Amino acid sequence: MSVLLEFRDVSASYNGAIAALHGVNLTLHDGEFAALLGANGAGKTTLLKAASNLLPAERGRITKGQILFDGQDVTAHDPADHVRRGLVPVLEGRRCFKTLSIEENLITGALGKGLGRSAIADGLEQIYDLFPRLKERRKVAAGLTSGGEQQMAAIGRGLMARPRLFVLDEPSMGLAPLVVAEIFAALSRLNRDTGLTLLVAEQNSAVALRHAQHATVIENGRSVLQGRAVDLAARHDIRDSYLGGAVV
Amino acid sequence: MAWFELLFAAEVALGGLLSGVMYALVAIGFVLIYKTSGVLNFAQGSMVLFAALTFVSLVERGVPFWGAVAATLAVMTALGFAIERTVLRPLANRSPMTLFMATLGLSYVIEGAAQLIWGTQVHRLDLGISNAPFQVWGLYLSTFDLVAAGIAAAMVAALTAFFRFTHTGLAFRAVADDQFAALAVGLRLGRIWGTVWTAAGVVALVAGLLWGARLGVQFSLSLIVLKALPVLVLGGFDSILGAIVAGLVIGATEKLAEVYIGPFFGGGIEGWFAYAVALVVLLLRPSGLFGQKIVERY
Repeated sequence: MSVLLEFRDVSASYNGAIAALHGVNLTLHDGEFAALLGANGAGKTTLLKAASNLLPAERGRITKGQILFDGQDVTAHDPADHVRRGLVPVLEGRRCFKTLSIEENLITGALGKGLGRSAIADGLEQIYDLFPRLKERRKVAAGLTSGGEQQMAAIGRGLMARPRLFVLDEPSMGLAPLVVAEIFAALSRLNRDTGLTLLVAEQNSAVALRHAQHATVIENGRSVLQGRAVDLAARHDIRDSYLGGAVV
Repeated sequence: MAWFELLFAAEVALGGLLSGVMYALVAIGFVLIYKTSGVLNFAQGSMVLFAALTFVSLVERGVPFWGAVAATLAVMTALGFAIERTVLRPLANRSPMTLFMATLGLSYVIEGAAQLIWGTQVHRLDLGISNAPFQVWGLYLSTFDLVAAGIAAAMVAALTAFFRFTHTGLAFRAVADDQFAALAVGLRLGRIWGTVWTAAGVVALVAGLLWGARLGVQFSLSLIVLKALPVLVLGGFDSILGAIVAGLVIGATEKLAEVYIGPFFGGGIEGWFAYAVALVVLLLRPSGLFGQKIVERY
């Protein structure tokens, strides 16, 4: 398996002063489903934004080290280029276009990739197969749908761009357990059936470790552990010290 | 007598509504840019002046009407993308106040450039539309005003259809909704802003031609931004429909106030009455009549 995404000793800061990452290492292979675990404020979101070169838009930057996607330094491309090259992010808090309908939200994902009308029609069909609920709600403004539906729309919007590496930031945030299970089941299926590479940041380590094959734990902006998900899930000391104590 | 008075009031109101269309025309240029980038573009007035001056100077040099329109459109497109490149891109992710100040500076640069290139004299602009009044049901109407209203309506319909039914329009609405999410989705913000500034330039050209035909093409044309500000406050900065309705309301109240309230102040209130209305709106309804309400489920 070839390496698709690699963090080499990466440090990053905001406004030139507030350091968020200190020497993070992470390797992700083609076809893997990897989880990024850590408490609130550990640096998960910064790490994911750095991968898509979204930090400059929030006045942040990489101060040390290098991030390679598909062998190329990510800072050499703007976020729109990354989407075209197959690195597609789903942001924390879903960030659907609230005034646009669900279907319009999905279409914007394809526009980011520069796809034409027939590709858009195909894509919509696939997303509606994956999340049938979205089909029923396709004409509704995204801001008026439930949190679960918005998360599905955000994921669907990303998938419309036909990603090779799909990067999700806390897809379980604020959602009911059943909805979380449905979303992770869909992601697992995509990984298994289409070979989609996934990097998912989660505070909910139980559900993430259940679906992912590999996991990296970060704490205070440092990567402290990396290993197979089953091994990490079995170690109680890890749960207690890094993953917020008892997990179900 | 009552009948005559009523007819007179209607005529005043109608004249006001038609001049309101002209205000709305200027306001729409602001709305386009504000909606997609959150920038209050103070340079819109200078763009109106620049467009009208370029057009008129070309016509005076013997370029045929439609040739001049095409050439001016090309110039406004180049201007839109140049502004994106040299002003907006270096200032991306700065505070709205920084961007506003930048457009304030930009307005002086464009104004200065327009006069440097085309000179400072007043130009007469004849669009070949008659200004003769005609009578309907006892009301006197200006042909020119009606044609202007028709052109404005056509432009608004075209803009609305563009936003509603095209993929580019969809991308605009996405950027207007959530800029950071649009960036993450892979939309090219620079290209979209360049296009929006071009669209605002086209609106400026239409407004410049109509206003220029009425007032003459001259430096003070850029001051029509001052007519657009109360319209924006009343209608909301991000609503095209709001700009139109507010333009009509401001136009009509301005003229009616001048006629019926003016005498109590010794006349001449037309100039500031719109601002008084805007002030009241700010107190009662800060986002305007049609300003974006957040679509959110509770």
